[in-house]
Amino acid sequence: MRKISLGRRTARLAAVSLAVLLAGTGCASDKSTAKTGSAGADTSGDTVKVGVLHSLSGTMAISEVTVKNSVLLAIDEINAKGGVLGKKIQPVVEDGASDWPTFAEKAQKLISNDKVAVTFGGWTSASRKAMLPVFEKNKQLLFYPVQYEGLESSPYIFYTGATTNQQIVPGLDYLKAQGKKKIFLVGSDYVFPRTANKIIKKYAEANGMQIVGEEYTPLGHTEYSTVINKVADAKPDAVFNTLNGDSNVAFFKQLRGTGIKAADMPVLSVSIAEEEVRGIGADYLAGQPVAWNYYQTTEGPRNTEFVAAYKAKYGADKVTSDPMEAGYNSVYLWKAAVEKANSFKPDDVKKACDGVSIDAPEGKVTIDGATQHVYKTARIGVVQPDGLIKEVWASPGPIKPDPYLKEYPWAQGL
Amino acid sequence: MNAFLNQLPIGLSIGAVLLLVALGLTFTFGQMGVVNMAHGEFLMAGAYTAYMLQSWAGRQAVLVALPVAFFVAGLMGLVLERTLIRRFYGRPLDTLLLTWGVSLILQQVARDLFGAPNVQVKAPTWLVGGAEWSGIRMPYARMFILALAVVCVVAIWFYLARTKQGRRMQAVMQNRELAACSGIATSRVDQRTFFIGSGLAGVAGVGLTLIGPVGPALGTYYIVDAFLVVVAGGLGQLRGAVLAAFVLGLLNSYVEYWSDASLAKVVVFAVIIGFLQIRPQGLFVLRSRKLT
Repeated sequence: MRKISLGRRTARLAAVSLAVLLAGTGCASDKSTAKTGSAGADTSGDTVKVGVLHSLSGTMAISEVTVKNSVLLAIDEINAKGGVLGKKIQPVVEDGASDWPTFAEKAQKLISNDKVAVTFGGWTSASRKAMLPVFEKNKQLLFYPVQYEGLESSPYIFYTGATTNQQIVPGLDYLKAQGKKKIFLVGSDYVFPRTANKIIKKYAEANGMQIVGEEYTPLGHTEYSTVINKVADAKPDAVFNTLNGDSNVAFFKQLRGTGIKAADMPVLSVSIAEEEVRGIGADYLAGQPVAWNYYQTTEGPRNTEFVAAYKAKYGADKVTSDPMEAGYNSVYLWKAAVEKANSFKPDDVKKACDGVSIDAPEGKVTIDGATQHVYKTARIGVVQPDGLIKEVWASPGPIKPDPYLKEYPWAQGL
Repeated sequence: MNAFLNQLPIGLSIGAVLLLVALGLTFTFGQMGVVNMAHGEFLMAGAYTAYMLQSWAGRQAVLVALPVAFFVAGLMGLVLERTLIRRFYGRPLDTLLLTWGVSLILQQVARDLFGAPNVQVKAPTWLVGGAEWSGIRMPYARMFILALAVVCVVAIWFYLARTKQGRRMQAVMQNRELAACSGIATSRVDQRTFFIGSGLAGVAGVGLTLIGPVGPALGTYYIVDAFLVVVAGGLGQLRGAVLAAFVLGLLNSYVEYWSDASLAKVVVFAVIIGFLQIRPQGLFVLRSRKLT
């Protein structure tokens, strides 16, 4: 029997407002318990602890779990060959839970409780910006493996993904070479797309291209018919897509419904790699260009080795992607820098890092000591019907990282 | 004028999606007063059912999955009602927290079973592409969802108005004590209501695979919209939900066309808040002589 003292309608309305509130914070507070490592000395003994901090739950888990996997793969490989400076690497895995304050909190925990020598982690710019003060304050190192919007150079962060002049600018060069003059910008409403689009607009101005529209949608948005209608009405030659996460699935599924073909109006994406192609469906993406530094199909013996090792460890149906490769490289770059410095101390590693180079799956990557970014080869690829990405254009060699675009005259005043 | 015509089918199709995700909720929330935050996860269960059925139904999995997802999600709802929710009847705030917890658990279960990345559900080839008449575009997938929403509404209306069980359901909703006195087994009616409401979410989830992501977080993208439709339409009112869904869909499509997606969301929320100030009971209200 129901007994309600409060007026039933009032109670229900209160319940609904609470429901809306809770749903809004749903992903953010989707925390899972993380195992706590025991406190230990930094590098005494025959192991060295390193932190691995990615979202293993919540909305970003979709992407970050794969990077965590490739970081652990690199650690396994290094341990099998004797470790770093004679010490085995012991990973301490923490869950950032897609929640930026959690990233900061877990980073602090890794530093003060686990006393890790270095941390590999982060995906969204928001998580990086949340962790940045923690690493700077403690003077500890973070390796960040994802392409980002540039305009940042923290002394305690190593950026092993592409900065803008290694991904977005080459992407625009490619569109220009294809004779695309009218560009429509579609992006999620947060820091990366807005900064990227600022750069794109400057580039367009200097290169005789025209921006015919600019649309932002909230993160997690799934209703794209109106945006697509606007795109179709503006009749651009190409779309530059900086949407992030699940929104891409909705956008491409709904774009296909309008009969707009990749051949007539390509959508160049900078956040869709092999893993995302699998979630969206190659049906919807075949023929669309993407901009990265690495594809599973990138040629070279080192990549054949990496892909085989990844599949052997995590399953033959798994794919490898650019951020995963950058995560994998991070561990090797750190190892090379530590060995050059002959020390695990962050400041020694920083001093030794300039010019440290490894033979990575994407080719040779070298740390630029001044910016702590890496030299990377830019590659434009086209999604194939089998879900893999085929390279159609590559920069002649690794591009020098230039996070502030100082060497590009059109980018002054950004 | 052209823009006006262009956005009309889009508004209708947004409305159809809203209606489809909210239909199940008009039962569980509207009729029974259970604030079911796990409703979104029943959508997700439906979508994953289509994914699972792909291995033998191939590209037609979406069609095969419609009835199967109804039972899968329905059974999940039934289990939830039997094990937990029935102990919380009449305590909306507790139920809210309870079902929210359940929804987090279900999301993590999906993540463990199917992996964190999105999975791919292939649409039947006849649903890929779209029609265009003089600049007005309508994807086939959208038409399918619109049709699915219409079929579901008609089926529910028929069930409620024309079958014995449906009329019992309405009786319990209108006056639980009197219904019980008249010999209706109210707890069995509750089970059936919950089964149907959750099952409808499963059906909606299958439809959503055509236009959106299929992943553990699927439910979270739609749950708020579903509650908005039910509240704006009036609790337990089928015609209210239909009207509210299409009004909100059209409003969204026009505001977004003339501004942007973020602002459209703000405007829709503002309109609903304003509307509920004037009519806290929603568009339609059930008149009864019940003393509550």
